[in-house]
Amino acid sequence: MLKIREYVKAESLEQAYALNQKNGCILGGMLWLKMGNRTVQTAIDLSGLGLDEITETEEEFSIGCMTTLRRLELHEGLNRFGGGAFRESVRTIVGVQFRNLATVGGSIFGRYGFSDVLTCFLAFDSYVELYKGGVMPLEEFAASKRDKDILVRLIVKKTPVRCVYLSHRNTKTDFPVLTCAVSAGPWGVRAVVGARPQRAVCVPVKGVDALGAAVCQNTDAAEVNAVNTVNTAQIEAAARETADKIPTSGNMRAGAAYRSHLAHVLIRRALTRIWEEEKGEKEEAEGRKGGWQA
Amino acid sequence: MKLQMELNGKKITEEISPDLLLLDLVRSHGCYSVKRGCETSNCGLCTVMLDGKPVLSCSVLAARASGHRVETLEGLEEEAKEFGTFIANQGAEQCGFCNPGMIMNAIALFREYPDPTEEEIREYLAGNLCRCSGYEGQLRGMLNFLAYKKEKQTEGGAV
Amino acid sequence: MRVVGQPVMKKDAMALVTGKPVFTDDMAPKDCLIVKVLRSPHANAVIQSIQTKAAKLVPGIEAIYTWEDVPKERFTMAGQTYPEPSPYDRLILDRHVRYVGDPVAIVAGENEACVEKALRLIKVQYEVLPAILDFKKAKDNEILVHPEESWRSLCPVGADNKRNLCAVGESHDGDVEAVLAECDEVVERSYHTRACQQAMMETFRTVCFLDTYGRLNVFSSTQIVFHTRRILSHALGIPKSKIRVFKPRIGGGFGAKQTVVAELYPAFVTWKTGKPSKMIFTRMESQTASSPRHEMEVTVRIGAMKDGRIRAIDLFTLSNTGAYGEHGPTTVGLSGHKSIPLYGSLEAHRFAYEVVYTNVMSSGAYRGYGATQGIFAVESAINEMAARLGMDPVELREKNMVREGQYMPAYYGEQANSCALDRCLSHAARMIGWKEKYPARDMGNGKVRSVGVSMGMQGSGISGVDVGSATIKLNEDGFYTLSIAAADMGTGCDTILAQMAAECLDCSVDDITVSGADTDTSPYDSGSYASSTTYITGRAVEKACRKLEEKIRREGARILDCPEDDLEFDGHRVTDLRDGRSISLARIAESSMCGSTNALQVTESNSSPVSPPPFMVGMVEIELDKETGHVELLDYAAVVDCGTVVNPNLARIQVEGGLVQGIGMTLYENVQYTEKGQMLNNSFMQYKIPTRLDMGKLRVEFESSYEPTGPFGAKSIGEIVINTPAPALVHAIANATGIWFTDLPVTSEKIAMGLLEKETK
Repeated sequence: MLKIREYVKAESLEQAYALNQKNGCILGGMLWLKMGNRTVQTAIDLSGLGLDEITETEEEFSIGCMTTLRRLELHEGLNRFGGGAFRESVRTIVGVQFRNLATVGGSIFGRYGFSDVLTCFLAFDSYVELYKGGVMPLEEFAASKRDKDILVRLIVKKTPVRCVYLSHRNTKTDFPVLTCAVSAGPWGVRAVVGARPQRAVCVPVKGVDALGAAVCQNTDAAEVNAVNTVNTAQIEAAARETADKIPTSGNMRAGAAYRSHLAHVLIRRALTRIWEEEKGEKEEAEGRKGGWQA
Repeated sequence: MKLQMELNGKKITEEISPDLLLLDLVRSHGCYSVKRGCETSNCGLCTVMLDGKPVLSCSVLAARASGHRVETLEGLEEEAKEFGTFIANQGAEQCGFCNPGMIMNAIALFREYPDPTEEEIREYLAGNLCRCSGYEGQLRGMLNFLAYKKEKQTEGGAV
Repeated sequence: MRVVGQPVMKKDAMALVTGKPVFTDDMAPKDCLIVKVLRSPHANAVIQSIQTKAAKLVPGIEAIYTWEDVPKERFTMAGQTYPEPSPYDRLILDRHVRYVGDPVAIVAGENEACVEKALRLIKVQYEVLPAILDFKKAKDNEILVHPEESWRSLCPVGADNKRNLCAVGESHDGDVEAVLAECDEVVERSYHTRACQQAMMETFRTVCFLDTYGRLNVFSSTQIVFHTRRILSHALGIPKSKIRVFKPRIGGGFGAKQTVVAELYPAFVTWKTGKPSKMIFTRMESQTASSPRHEMEVTVRIGAMKDGRIRAIDLFTLSNTGAYGEHGPTTVGLSGHKSIPLYGSLEAHRFAYEVVYTNVMSSGAYRGYGATQGIFAVESAINEMAARLGMDPVELREKNMVREGQYMPAYYGEQANSCALDRCLSHAARMIGWKEKYPARDMGNGKVRSVGVSMGMQGSGISGVDVGSATIKLNEDGFYTLSIAAADMGTGCDTILAQMAAECLDCSVDDITVSGADTDTSPYDSGSYASSTTYITGRAVEKACRKLEEKIRREGARILDCPEDDLEFDGHRVTDLRDGRSISLARIAESSMCGSTNALQVTESNSSPVSPPPFMVGMVEIELDKETGHVELLDYAAVVDCGTVVNPNLARIQVEGGLVQGIGMTLYENVQYTEKGQMLNNSFMQYKIPTRLDMGKLRVEFESSYEPTGPFGAKSIGEIVINTPAPALVHAIANATGIWFTDLPVTSEKIAMGLLEKETK
């Protein structure tokens, strides 16, 4: 049973931060917290601080820490930009009621091994903003230890990107056996694999940089050239090589060998889809359409 | 601490413990339709509306709901009866333990997507477990209900 | 028929869909003591000392009990007819704890918080003993689960606590070894199924209080009110006359509540303290300290000729009853007796079994009750035989399945008087498009679509044992009260029994009020299990109603002063056919309330020397991803012969519900233990029952035979429905991959890694 001595609805981040330093606990969706037997001295509710919105500007998306997974799932702008990857990463998490409570901040701050959300955000040009620590790249935050700072928002810069999110689960709404987000952009191609069962890691994918170039090109001719230099054999080799670099282990849900096998399969499938979507786009007379079909 | 909340249209004010769950609060106010089925937020039996959105009351602190509007099946009895009849006409209510949570979430679904596909129905309700009915009968009931609503609409009747 | 065969809405439907407070915890008194138990963290241990002083001092605590405070007479918690085949191996609290979760202390307090606090303050010193966690190592192991002298077995089931044996048996017909030796093909395989949980939505829960007469009243979510009364009497050491057991709406059972799981502890507390108490099991307790399916290893040898004649079946079951023997001796029999009889022309069969004790949670009754495990083995082996013979598995079954009129030596020597299995098979094949889809089609995109098939059977009540009864009473205004002790746990038996009564009495279902299971007022019924309610209790309802009808006619004749032969009763009026004078049912009822010596009430009991099997066929189409091993369910066609279908809606839902449970058992529901005997799948987070995204499309139809001994020709449907998915899915997976899986659940990992291994060979 969760025990809470005091409950405070924070009126400012400063107040929340101060309370958090002495025996405080920031409440996200509370879904993990309520399953434990903790005694929380001061539960800090940030829901009055307007941090549950997604704001879109020319350069970036600003996602408040209290944004629910459901809001993330349904946000048109973010999903258009992300090719539906954000929606895909959360839509099979337990159920709508669950996602109306779970927060992006809670998922990211927890840096959980099984986190679909963390895997997906790492595939993009993402940053966290901490109350005291300021803005830092998500990859750096993901590797750092939990402390008593407050995660205020996530930032996804509108750096050109094409991303595909895949996962494998034993049942449709179970924890993932493996998560996999592959993205092509100015960084080339990157594979993010999580639920290994350990936390998601980013691994550069070698041998198919042309996909990254294709995504970033401004002139059609250059893009066509870039995409046409990629072939199935390259994709297969790239997937295998990348997967081999990713350590996996076994747990209740699956063994290490299967996870490694899945890493290879999912990375290859994601690469193939990125390639096909790029090709498809170039073959269309119309302008760029979102990879996510409504 | 003090709680002030609207429950099924009625204002309630009381002293509560900060760790009181919304599920236990509503049951203590006679909303017995809201059930507890698990401890891990997986079953959906405890679904209530919080400001019109379906949430798991087992995972919401009553304190968090203070200042907000909560609805349970007890407050949606007319809607529940209308929709529930279609479930009952399939025999799909069976033990009935999952029904209130499922019906609450179905009502939320119909509000958010007035004309859902089968796939959308299944996905929206994925967080509502049932062990008795095998889900098909519930789906039949829902599709029949949606067809009935559509017909009423095209007849110019009030929806 | 007017009412039987109609899709009547359940009597409690509107209360359920509007969320009325009709379940145990909705109706519990507000100021009950809350009862919880402290549970052993060890799989096998003896309590050396247990300190409750500090715990007792927690404000709000009413009482704490340990093994020293409870009676020393062993009993069983199994809901079975007395004398129970189950061993008497339980105590309310035992000094020797035998599985992780075995209760060690009972705590009762004012509220949950103080009880939780007290639980944490109880200090227990255990002498930890080595534990048996592998049921294959249990027999004759030097570690004994029940070494105690006070262990008893009332019935000759071959139980021997000094060998960790809960039951042993063998039966045969013909010389199976000789026949197998002559066969062209013999398939021999061992199949493993796990201790799956019923996972009904409402956990175990009981409320207890003392009534006006100082009797213990037990208001519980139970399928077995009369057995519970007896079990509590034995456990508490008090007369049965001091106990009343009754039930409200139940949130699902599936057999879980055919064992006294929660009742014991609040009963003890209330009896000792005189105060009302309640115990609500958590989901975790319902997953780890309950009564799941028996883990079984079923080894099958099937012999056939090249021309497709199946000549012999040899089946051996090793069953794991866990730490206590409830339902151990009884479930195992069905693994052979309700699988082998699917094949009607065997020249020989043999069925042998051993049931062993281990240091895991005790198993109990779960829909199918052993038949599910046996049918998984037999039907899977038959499917593999078809592949070896190069014969369509549907054709192989057409050649060999049991037919109506055949004598079934493996089924207690009964005759299949009603059997539409052949029609079920051809009907299902048409539904799924078997000819076009068997065995598999490569979709060219890394996916394969394939089909699988299985037959199924069960029983209808326990022949010569199960008793069902009904009391039907005419009330003023001409409505009836039907009193039963069969337990509606959502199945709708209240409604279908009312349908039968309405059919007999020529009235509307709305004229029948059903009064549920209560040991004080209901006529005796074994309870709702073994698929007995429609067939056994239904017949009692029929008998009682026919007798009441006679009484009504007789009363009508008396009032009208008319010979009985000259009158007609149409359900509403008794009419003298000679001159048209009539009297209404309401007036007849009224007259029985004034100066009458003629009670318009009848009680009848029913039992049956036979248990006519329902039959069914399940066919499934899947799409299998060869790289990830994921199985997508596309279509499941089920055709059922349950005899006359009393309520098509409720029958169809039974099938759909059972199919999804079977799908879960086959693909998703895993039971995993640590080396210390802790069960890991202790929540819905870790034990994955199918969601509505995991079951594909289900299509259910009926092919009805007519069972002459059943009410209106009905048999049963409650359990058979879970028996086809495991063999059908494993068959489809084999057709897609070439791999015959024998260990459930068949996860995507097993499939993918199996295919990888196959590739490298």
